[in-house]
Amino acid sequence: MSVFCEVSQAAPVAVFKLSQDFNNDQFPNKVNLGVGAYRTDEGKPWVLPVVKKVEKIIVHDDSLNHEYLPILGLPEFRSSASKIALGDDSPAIQENRVGAVQCLGGTGALKMGAEFLRRFYNGNNNTKTPVYVSAPTWENHNAVFASAGFDDVRPYKYWDAENRGLDLAGFLGDLESCPAHSIFVLHACAHNPTGTDPTQDQWQQIAEVMMRRNLFVFFDSAYQGFASGNLDKDAWAIRYFVSMGFEMFCAQSFSKNFGLYNERVGNLTIVARDADNLKRVLSQMEKIVRTTWSNPPSQGARIVAVTLTSPELFSEWKENVKTMADRVLLMRAQLKAKLQALGTPGTWDHITEQIGMFSFTGLNSKQVEYMVKERHIYLMASGRINMCGLTSKNIDYVAESIHATVTSV
Amino acid sequence: MALLKSNKVIYCLGNISPSLGVLSIRNSSWWGGVQMGPPDPILGVSEAFKKDSNPKKMNLGVGAYRDDQGKPFVLSCVRKAEAIITTKQMDKEYLGIGGLGEFTKSCAQLAFGNDNEVLKSGRNITVQTISGTGSLRIGANFLSRFHGGPRDVYLPKPSWGNHTPIFRDAGMQLKAYRYYDPSTCGFDFTGALDDISKIPEQSVIMLHACAHNPTGVDPRPEQWKEISDIVKKRNLLVFFDMAYQGFASGDIDRDAWAVRYFIEQGHNILLSQSFAKNMGLYGERVGGFSVVCKDAEEAKRVESQLKILIRPIYSNPPMNGARIAATILHTPELYSIWLGEVKEMAERIIKMREMLVAGLKKEGSSQNWQHVIDQIGMFCFTGLKPEQVERLTKEFSVYMTKDGRISMAGVTSGNVGYLAQGIHAVTK
Repeated sequence: MSVFCEVSQAAPVAVFKLSQDFNNDQFPNKVNLGVGAYRTDEGKPWVLPVVKKVEKIIVHDDSLNHEYLPILGLPEFRSSASKIALGDDSPAIQENRVGAVQCLGGTGALKMGAEFLRRFYNGNNNTKTPVYVSAPTWENHNAVFASAGFDDVRPYKYWDAENRGLDLAGFLGDLESCPAHSIFVLHACAHNPTGTDPTQDQWQQIAEVMMRRNLFVFFDSAYQGFASGNLDKDAWAIRYFVSMGFEMFCAQSFSKNFGLYNERVGNLTIVARDADNLKRVLSQMEKIVRTTWSNPPSQGARIVAVTLTSPELFSEWKENVKTMADRVLLMRAQLKAKLQALGTPGTWDHITEQIGMFSFTGLNSKQVEYMVKERHIYLMASGRINMCGLTSKNIDYVAESIHATVTSV
Repeated sequence: MALLKSNKVIYCLGNISPSLGVLSIRNSSWWGGVQMGPPDPILGVSEAFKKDSNPKKMNLGVGAYRDDQGKPFVLSCVRKAEAIITTKQMDKEYLGIGGLGEFTKSCAQLAFGNDNEVLKSGRNITVQTISGTGSLRIGANFLSRFHGGPRDVYLPKPSWGNHTPIFRDAGMQLKAYRYYDPSTCGFDFTGALDDISKIPEQSVIMLHACAHNPTGVDPRPEQWKEISDIVKKRNLLVFFDMAYQGFASGDIDRDAWAVRYFIEQGHNILLSQSFAKNMGLYGERVGGFSVVCKDAEEAKRVESQLKILIRPIYSNPPMNGARIAATILHTPELYSIWLGEVKEMAERIIKMREMLVAGLKKEGSSQNWQHVIDQIGMFCFTGLKPEQVERLTKEFSVYMTKDGRISMAGVTSGNVGYLAQGIHAVTK
């Protein structure tokens, strides 16, 4: 009799299953518009030239070893990563009230933040504090907060399906009516999966309500630089909230903007009221880290730290980021143009209005099924496509397929 | 308490002037009530060591290998593997949730032996984890969610300090079985068997596969056999922690003997492995978590649930260290270099143990120091009492944890004489 005979088969994680199905598909013109990873115009993964350069530096540096990092991570990584989000000249940094925890990717940063909040926010161990995530949001947000022990993870209105844009009124309404001290997970830029971001004016309205109602700000920043091609522009919302005086968390990922997906490079930036509060928070973060992974992996953080702290390499990195962002913008422009040229029913402005890696096409689940089964174009059931999956070679086929889908399903 | 007090102040201010009250709330912090976390006992040792200006100071707290010059040691098989990997120019795409297949396969082979039936039958599942800690944590989470038996995990007394908070955070409860006998500085075999025989059925029992941390005291094979019997009789779920395979005796098969024996005896074990020490990959976070299941079908179900546990923690594991480890384990030339280097590290430690005891005898110590040689692995439970440890630190700048544990890895042929002097001085 096995102890595990009651263990049921879990459903596979959708986005990975999609990739698996794509890999198994024999159709020669298949297209993968699923997983959120950058692809070149040849449809290949891209290791950033600056990353290759820095890896060579690291591998040839005999003074480097593989010793444990401190529990909170590589100090140069933590501080330079926080500077990327908050700005070099951030008053909060100058006031010594910004700290960070190096984590395993954006997921790890969200996890650490969630675990801390569950223990210490809104009373001790208050698992009933509502955590609000956008409707829709990255599918793992729910699980991260639930697994950290929060009982009440709820959606806040965000995507207006009818108008294919931000449901600002609904969003603000949820902010006004939610229980005090609720936690809100905000996408700093390039909202996943909709690609729809609030404007600066809209962010100001959001911030005003959050401040007035004592809501907790938890930014998820996975695409800084990737959205507009400009790091500072993409960090505007984060910096605005900091300037408004919020204490907040910001989970940063360097998976996409450094192309370091599998090295798990993330940073939880903490903005506290003052240095003393920060110190105590970090001391408790150490306890949480210690029982989860003890200390974080060094390779990826080293690559990022070396890059960010060298003016030359930093410049090169920014160019690499712009290369990626520009290709995405080009694909957006071309896809919209082709759909318009085909006379595909509906409006397609949202394709160029949306920002970042993803686009919420507006295709419904039946249409998505048709795309996958009949056209061998793999996208998420929500209608989300990864613009990076488009290339000059497949964009015509994709545009025609969308046309065929919309006109027949 | 502090938070309650500050709320009162805010309410008072609010009564006097509402806007002042609101201002106070804004100016106060969410984190006013967060206490300073207690300092980590082991890190505290390193911190104090750093501040000490005594040129003869020794850091015997840290659990990381040092060479005979007291320097970190990057294995040459690791450097060679890194060079090979660089030439391959691989991409950096996400690994699957369960990690690098090449790595998990060879990780399991290393533990169980290439020809082990659990591998052939497909009834073992191994996932890549964030070194040993990450492995234990996934295991603890898995038990917490799926183990139908008691919530109690039985640890040897003493055990690695981090075991307790890991299991506790995962929602399990901790109990202990006797293990270390301070009167002999050895294994309390009778005590262990006695305690284990009373553990409620289906409870989880944690066993250190080799090089017990912190005592360095391992059961002998005959003793392992009896432990296996009693564990089987009590129908306990065995969770092995193997962080030092190869590092203990210098021989990877010998160090895995207990694990393989238990499998042979029919225990379907859980196993945590770390490559931090035996490959010197500390900061790369390379580890594995294995569940030996009833059959391949069950292994598939268990694997799917492990992925569900992993995804909301860190999505998928880091590539670099796993790639290095896999390259070493798969490349015959590198594998044999690795075996040699692991042996070298283990033998240096064994030599330091012998030199320390010889040094103590030379100093004229009349105490019995045999346990220093009998114990195995990185750590040695000296038997020093807290007051003696304090003196050793204050008077000789020898830094170690209060329980009398020293990391032999911090001992060199250059400082072993000084250490013997110090230990003799505080124990004569």
